Amino acid sequence: MTEAELREIEPTVTIDARDAYCPGPLMELIKEMRQQPVGSIIELMSGDAGSAKDVPEWLNKVHQEFLGVISESDYWRIFSRKIIEI
Amino acid sequence: MSKRVIIVGGGVGGTIIANLLAKKMRPEIRKGELIIDVISDKAEHFYQPGLLYMLFGLKQYEELVRDERGLLDPMVELHLNPAVGIDKDKNEVRLKNGVVMKYDILVIATGSKPAPEMIPGLKEGGHWFYELDACLKLRNELMNFKGGKIVLTIGMPHKCPVAPLEVTYMLDDWFRQRGIRDKVDYTYTYPIAKLHGIDSVAQFASKTFPKRGIKSEIFFNMKEVDPNKKTVTSIEGTTLKYDLLISVPPHKGANVIEDSGLGQGGFIPTDKFTLKMKDSKNIYVVGDTTNLPISKAGSTAHFESDVIVENIASELRDGLTPFRYDGKVFCFIETGLTKATYVMFNYETPPNPVAPSALIHWLKLTYNKVYWLTPMGIL
Repeated sequence: MTEAELREIEPTVTIDARDAYCPGPLMELIKEMRQQPVGSIIELMSGDAGSAKDVPEWLNKVHQEFLGVISESDYWRIFSRKIIEI
Repeated sequence: MSKRVIIVGGGVGGTIIANLLAKKMRPEIRKGELIIDVISDKAEHFYQPGLLYMLFGLKQYEELVRDERGLLDPMVELHLNPAVGIDKDKNEVRLKNGVVMKYDILVIATGSKPAPEMIPGLKEGGHWFYELDACLKLRNELMNFKGGKIVLTIGMPHKCPVAPLEVTYMLDDWFRQRGIRDKVDYTYTYPIAKLHGIDSVAQFASKTFPKRGIKSEIFFNMKEVDPNKKTVTSIEGTTLKYDLLISVPPHKGANVIEDSGLGQGGFIPTDKFTLKMKDSKNIYVVGDTTNLPISKAGSTAHFESDVIVENIASELRDGLTPFRYDGKVFCFIETGLTKATYVMFNYETPPNPVAPSALIHWLKLTYNKVYWLTPMGIL
């Protein structure tokens, strides 16, 4: 998705994990991805640069859809959609 | 007419808040202007971090338990009856015995507990040490373990995020002491791309695991356990064979939270600074019960409690709630049976463990003995 399209998205749930040192942003996404119903769009806000790489890699491994990432001034907004039950 | 503060939950957070508030508001309580109630489903207060030591026979049950009534300030009312309903619009808590209690301010401190039933086969095929009976069962398995494959798996969410590492290091030392480490094939799995959620701790594990012969598997989130084949499979598609499966099961919050429609999975949407339930003016949430992306740990509940007490007292006296939680957490990390390190962090400052030492290990052992001063509001 383009950045303009991502900005138009209304997520089912937004996880603000910008200050989450422990257990960390991806751990929060895993928890949410497991409990939200199929079709949900999840926005993860992360202050960890590694998330922009780790999150798509994990989504690919578990066959969920990575919609894209918006780089804000000091954090990243990562969008995904749950497409199958896990 | 007197004001009423009700605290649901008699764990570390609920007990600290009750005691600190009773101390701070002594004049109002004496004049009959304030009543503080604790609602708990247990007469005993259990020091959960002690289970890590009990697993190795280093702590006995009697050392880890106290009577909740004895820990509470005499001016706090204790109701030993489970809360089964919370009506945030009517400001009421309903107990199992049918009693309905009205509050002016509510503190929800109901905690979290392992829910192995969330992973098919885990209850039958796996072991865990986060609960008393399960810990004793695993201890028995370990005492009779002569060698083979041990796999450690972790569910989300879970409390005490450093415990999986601690138990790994402690088991490594323990098997060496018993002279069977060469017969143990140990695999530590972790849900994300590194060995721990905290970068600096993950780096520490990456350096120390190879030296200790600890294998690892990243991106491993339990999907199911097959107790007959003795395998655990991840949602990422990896299957590991085990002789002994040690897990940290995914956790759930208390039933009363979900039953009352306050939060999915028993975790309540909470403001990270005020610790008030989102969209509520008179409900505070503490410890594991929040949905905040921070460590579910006694230490978190401890530091949050200080802020909640100051705000409740200030609100009752002046109508103001100026205090803010800064995300402070402090956790010891055992790096074996003789050394430990620690991490301390908040929303702004990332954690950075110091070099492990015997001194920090002994500090942790000392804290295990004096823990009771924490719920009493002294330490």
